Amino acid sequence: MIQNAMILLRRKKPMDWVRFLLMWGCGLATGAVLLYLVGFIVVKGVPHLTPSLFAVEYTTENQSLFPALVTTLLMVVLTLLIAVPFGVFTAIYLVEYAPRGSRLVRVIRMTTETLAGIPSIVFGLFGYIFFASWLGWGKSILTGCCTLAIMILPLIMRTTEESLKSIPDTYREGAFGLGAGRLRTVGRVILPSAMPGIFAGIILAVGRIVGETAALIFTIGSVIKIPENLFSQGRTLALHVLQLSSQGHNRNEAYATAVVLLIVVIGINMLSETIERRFANKLK
Amino acid sequence: MRGVFLVAALASVLAVALICLFLFAQGFPAIMEIGPLKFLFGTEWKPKQDIFGILPMILGSVYVTGGAILLGVPIGLFTALFMAKSCPKPLYRFLKPAINLMAGVPSVIYGFFGMMVLVPAIFELFGKRFDMMSGDSMLAASILLAMMILPTVINIAETNLRSVPQELYEGAVALGASHERAVFKVILPAARSGVMAAVVLGVGRAIGETMAVKMVAGNQAVLRLPHEFLKGVRTLTTNIVTEMGYVEHGSLHNGALIATGVVLFVFILIINMLFSVLNRDLPRRRRGKENAPNLSKEGAAL
Repeated sequence: MIQNAMILLRRKKPMDWVRFLLMWGCGLATGAVLLYLVGFIVVKGVPHLTPSLFAVEYTTENQSLFPALVTTLLMVVLTLLIAVPFGVFTAIYLVEYAPRGSRLVRVIRMTTETLAGIPSIVFGLFGYIFFASWLGWGKSILTGCCTLAIMILPLIMRTTEESLKSIPDTYREGAFGLGAGRLRTVGRVILPSAMPGIFAGIILAVGRIVGETAALIFTIGSVIKIPENLFSQGRTLALHVLQLSSQGHNRNEAYATAVVLLIVVIGINMLSETIERRFANKLK
Repeated sequence: MRGVFLVAALASVLAVALICLFLFAQGFPAIMEIGPLKFLFGTEWKPKQDIFGILPMILGSVYVTGGAILLGVPIGLFTALFMAKSCPKPLYRFLKPAINLMAGVPSVIYGFFGMMVLVPAIFELFGKRFDMMSGDSMLAASILLAMMILPTVINIAETNLRSVPQELYEGAVALGASHERAVFKVILPAARSGVMAAVVLGVGRAIGETMAVKMVAGNQAVLRLPHEFLKGVRTLTTNIVTEMGYVEHGSLHNGALIATGVVLFVFILIINMLFSVLNRDLPRRRRGKENAPNLSKEGAAL
């Protein structure tokens, strides 16, 4: 540690000062950008967070965000119901079952990478063409969920894969040694120990669902009501912010709704990070 | 049970296949009807007169992304160097979650921020002098996208900078280099391909961003030149999102919009391939441990 400090205190040439300032300047600027962004929205939005914004019904006089909040929750649950089994099972197959270096595994890896890179507007377009038009589901909660499920699949898969890989092989050997089969080993030993990592990944996915707009705008519609069934249209919080901000006369409500959305996202991020840190500590 | 896991694993393959199939099946006929050259290099987009040329949008995407890279990458790179090598621990504990949070902030919020802060600021600065109608411009979109790609660039670059063996740094320092010199002249070049990968991923994010760009870019489907960065543009993504809402189903206009999506998709595929090529040679060299034979698995297979 003392040695380190001595390197840092070494006599600097002018160029070194430039480099020093560049690193510190940019590092601090990045932090400042985020603080400004969050601060701006919070300062402008919090004064307009009135109880009437949480009224059950949305009317043109009272731009309640409650229906959008409920719809968002519903979307999160339904999308996870579809995506999590597929994502987790895929990861289990890749890490625990697949023969190493098989061609199939390479194809699956490649497609997942492709899927992860596709922009959300392309998912939206696909959802509109396939689920809404070709399958005839129209703009609905169901169409939106399926579209989002495909979108978050690679995220869930990858985080699950990472946490399965981080389980030491001694766990597997121990289970095998006690006579457990592969499925029992996975179900009773590997999955429970990998659970926090998987959970952290799922929470990240929730963040993406909550914040998504481009993939939903043609797939879920924009009716502001608590959906009655899978085929009703709906509007999530993020879409609500988008619509409010595009109507000039609802700026205050837009700020307030943005604050709620931001709080949800920050909460989700903090939760995910806490879980991940605990998980990492435990495995050490 | 193995079968169940395998079927689930095939779902992502199926999804990609379906996306390709449906996009191309609906996009290609439209491209053919318009004429591939006319579609890709046509300079006019006038749906009402059945003129569909997407060159303005392709260039719009290129300009806006280029601007974001020009502004965002240097800042992101220096920040990554700072995070990996110079940041004191207490500050790191605040900065790292902040950067992760930046990645999680939804694009509508960025867009809304751009609308309320960047656009008026640009209008204030340049509006009178350059006779602008509003602050919605290429510049606003580029700045906003630069902010949005920062976390991507920083996180990937930081990971790759950290994977440079410590011995290189120690060697440089032992030879009398100052800390800054060692970081800039030894560690940065050693992580070159990883840093390139970070830039490419940033490009991918910027080119695919839709809502935030739509909210600040002015959305004019007009051919622009790079020096007109104070004027409005339309990108590939915003072209789709602006007109898809009211287009008549099954019309040529509808097909042309899906074809715009196809062009975007092809761009993204190229960028992804570039990324995986760049990212591949780093891990193979540095993460030797991971590639060591996995005993339990081989044992179970026997």
